Amino acid sequence: MAGHYDIIVIGAGHNGLTCAAYLARAGRRVLVLEAAGQIGGAAVTSELAPGFRVSTCAHILHMLHPRVVRELGLKGAGLDYAARDLPTVALDAEGRHLTFTGDGIAAQDTEALSEADRAAWPDFRARLLRFAAALRPMLAEVPPRLGTKHGGDTLALGKLGWRLRRLGAEDLREFLRIAGINVADLLEENFESELLMGAMAFDAVLGTRLGPRSPGSLLSLLYRLTGRTAGGPARLALPKGGMGAVTTALARTAKAAGTEIRTDCPVARILVAGDRAAGVQLESGEEIKAGLVISNADPQRTFLELLGPRHLDTDFLRRVRNIRMRGTVAKLNLALDGLPRFTGLEGAALGGRLVIAPDLGYLERAFDHAKYGEAPQAPALEITIPSLHDPGLAPEGQHVLSANVIYAPYDLKAGWDAAREGFAEQAIAAIAQYAPDLRQYIVAGQLLTPLDLEREFRLTGGHWHHGELALDQLLMLRPVPGAAQYATPLPGLYLCGAGAHPGGGVMGAAGMNAARQVLAKEAA
Amino acid sequence: MKTYDAIVIGAGHNGLTAACYLAKAGLEVIVLERNPYIGGATVSRELYPGWTYSNCSYVCSLLRPEIMRDLELSRHGLQVVPYDGGATMMRNGDHLARYSDPDMHRREIARHSKRDAEAHERFATEMLRQCRFIKPLLMRTPPDPASFRPRDVMELLHLGKQFWDLGEAQMYDTLRFWTMSIGEFLDEYFESDVVKAHIAGGGIIGTALGPYSPGTAYVLLHHYMGEVDGTIGAWGFARGGMGSIAKAMAASLQAAGGAIRTEAEVAQVLVENGRAVGVALADGDEVRARTVVSNLDVKRTFLKVMDPKDLPADFLEQVRRFKIRGSSGKLNIALDGLPSFPSLPAETSVLRGDMHCTDSMERLERAYDDWKQGTWSRDPYVDMLIPTLIDPTMAPPGKHMMTVFVQYAPPKLANAEWNDQTRQAFGQTVIDQIAEYSPDFKDLILHAEIRTPWDLENEVGLTEGNIFQGELTFDQLLFNRPVPGYAQYRAPVRGMYMCGSSTHPGGGVMGAPGANAAREMLRDLDPKQMARS
Repeated sequence: MAGHYDIIVIGAGHNGLTCAAYLARAGRRVLVLEAAGQIGGAAVTSELAPGFRVSTCAHILHMLHPRVVRELGLKGAGLDYAARDLPTVALDAEGRHLTFTGDGIAAQDTEALSEADRAAWPDFRARLLRFAAALRPMLAEVPPRLGTKHGGDTLALGKLGWRLRRLGAEDLREFLRIAGINVADLLEENFESELLMGAMAFDAVLGTRLGPRSPGSLLSLLYRLTGRTAGGPARLALPKGGMGAVTTALARTAKAAGTEIRTDCPVARILVAGDRAAGVQLESGEEIKAGLVISNADPQRTFLELLGPRHLDTDFLRRVRNIRMRGTVAKLNLALDGLPRFTGLEGAALGGRLVIAPDLGYLERAFDHAKYGEAPQAPALEITIPSLHDPGLAPEGQHVLSANVIYAPYDLKAGWDAAREGFAEQAIAAIAQYAPDLRQYIVAGQLLTPLDLEREFRLTGGHWHHGELALDQLLMLRPVPGAAQYATPLPGLYLCGAGAHPGGGVMGAAGMNAARQVLAKEAA
Repeated sequence: MKTYDAIVIGAGHNGLTAACYLAKAGLEVIVLERNPYIGGATVSRELYPGWTYSNCSYVCSLLRPEIMRDLELSRHGLQVVPYDGGATMMRNGDHLARYSDPDMHRREIARHSKRDAEAHERFATEMLRQCRFIKPLLMRTPPDPASFRPRDVMELLHLGKQFWDLGEAQMYDTLRFWTMSIGEFLDEYFESDVVKAHIAGGGIIGTALGPYSPGTAYVLLHHYMGEVDGTIGAWGFARGGMGSIAKAMAASLQAAGGAIRTEAEVAQVLVENGRAVGVALADGDEVRARTVVSNLDVKRTFLKVMDPKDLPADFLEQVRRFKIRGSSGKLNIALDGLPSFPSLPAETSVLRGDMHCTDSMERLERAYDDWKQGTWSRDPYVDMLIPTLIDPTMAPPGKHMMTVFVQYAPPKLANAEWNDQTRQAFGQTVIDQIAEYSPDFKDLILHAEIRTPWDLENEVGLTEGNIFQGELTFDQLLFNRPVPGYAQYRAPVRGMYMCGSSTHPGGGVMGAPGANAAREMLRDLDPKQMARS
């Protein structure tokens, strides 16, 4: 097998597939090895019950990078949207919901949303989007290293500074003020509606280990707003056929360019020869040689399990061990043999993203439980019923419900195996507050806790982003200094997953950037 | 009527510092203080016959050595005696003590965890590195990143270079340190809960954040970076209580020709033709000056003693949203003798330092949760000291004084008001906690002055009882402090300045805001003078 492949990619998650596709199109001979029986990692569609399909983990496309879509021709490879721009509905127990669209917020009456808040919203959102737009180019750039004499790094830093300067004095000052602020304070400065603030804060904390009052939570919201999918900024899209359609299209593109993809091929370790990566050994014992190995696995798995501490220095190892990656999101998937009625929501409105986060205190209290490894009794949720846009996901007249539930701490003291059912019940009870007849429609369901995500999708800590998107784990600090530009201390070994810049969400930017870096640094 | 060169509103330590520098530069300075005593929160009060309380700030470390030197505070009577010792008492009857002798300290940590004893050296080294980086920034005026003025561009470049000169690895470590929580930072070094909890307290003192809130590693630095007699990180007692700092500053001011008037509450800053020209006192008197500088916090300055029509609307809006947010309370206790702490080693050296009862990170974080819910912590974090073990002059012979600083207490209670009853209940919570570790404590209490955020506001003028005159969070530090665009000690009115802890580098008894403000004022008054200095 020697010399048959230039590059081995460990893991057929969306970033691994993206990376492989770019490299294959540049003429490299790429082999992707996936441990599971199917490709896609956590961006997959699965059958929940006969006839019912659902996006198993990731369920809303809001960060898929437009360059990846365009450059890899994903539309031509079969990616289509069932919905391009979902409104967000902040649910209220009495049916006085707030609906957020690109145009503003619609509310039933001024008791639900004051005139002052309605008027303040457009400027507030516009300013956040301006900041997000200034940060957006960084998604597709390799983070600069600090302190090098390398011209490229200095230039990249200069570009960031320049983009911020171009915001103008007032925006720049405000950006510098809020870059590290907590989202609750910023919301309270601008609004009075509890429901509005709860819904916005939800977006800031979803997927993080932060509460609305945690410094840094605003930046998490800005990160989300840098997404530009389905033609516009901060849009929420549903891929037709569920999230698996994205990775299927990526795999198709990669294969069309000559990539070989093998499933049911778990990698046991990365081979090292002459102080360089030399290939991999599968769990079956088979060895496959290649001069370059790129890992889509999270950094802890990559360095501590696949490579092993023997090949890394103590300081680097300590940093890797210290990467915080304990997930806080559980996924609830339900098969429904009808459409539940949500109080105060009619017909098409049910097709939006429904958020249960009635106020800041609700989220903060849920967070305060999770901090200590306890499951909150009153979780917060974001819910979609994708079958309303994509009827193929369920039999006629029947539906699937897909929800992210927070906070579900990975390190639950009671242990998830014991607590899973109870927490699923809490989540369903939370939804039932707004859709009282929900339970009678449930024919099947599953709750994937962070522990399940770790077991089934090989996500260490069950963390979506392969590592928290905290201020100290971003950019040139992600995943750790010394491995923040996709290359690692071992020559020939690269990272291409969410654990590297720019992080997670179904984006593909990490894979794209890693491929570009490999092509720049490694001769064919 | 005499026109002074500068009026200083408030004889807090920053106001006194600013006044001293201005007077030494030859200006005619008068400090106007509302209370009958000077010092603001840097005071010694005899609130119980025979006892001197440092009833607000209680220990000294951050007072800048440059300021001590420039104002000749030792010559004017200030003596700061470093203390050693200190401990965290544990619920299981054990303790973690601090010893100034490094070997003893190492052995003490090793008692709890050998791994942590090793790690402590690395930790201390890292803290020192961070201290070294930040110290030069304290006495510098922050640049305005949105301005193209040569001075701001040069200062930005200067700061950038300081940062760059750290070298790649250090730069990353510094970025991480400045953005992490103290809890997560400590988790990277230590495994023992009590070792972490003992250190983490310094990351939340005076702050409405928990040990796992990002940004608290910086707050620890704020409490670590002082020095006493050249020893970085050391803390000390001012002989005669913290009021002796104010006294020494006042003496230095008088020696330089400056004046102080007490019981002279400023009601309003007088503004004519867009310039500050003096102040009107509450009793109707007017005092005129070329410049006015306020030691009051930013809300009190711009929302209480200035007329809104003299200030830009968006500036006022930003002042209103500046987070002051008290989170601390205090007990000052006269004791009939020295209480016994059976869980501590017999020798009293440990008692001479700061003592705590919170032995786990979870307890510390839960104490913060209570604050968020609008109540005082049911299981508070205390910073307890017995200054009379080092400075016996503060109480009659054989008797003692204990100062207890408490986190957390909210400025407003969710389900009640701060009043005599709730104050008592708060004090009782703290006394009950200490009594758990000292069986004779309650019997020895002769008098307890209990101070809630409400009291701190009423007596000392610290809005909402925040001891730093404003939260030390990212959005309120450096060029954001107190308000972006106005972080260089100048108010939006010509001739009007700010010198309190609401400005960079923030609070603690540091004096840096006062010194920096004076420098900016002198620069505006006489550019040639600045070139000479």
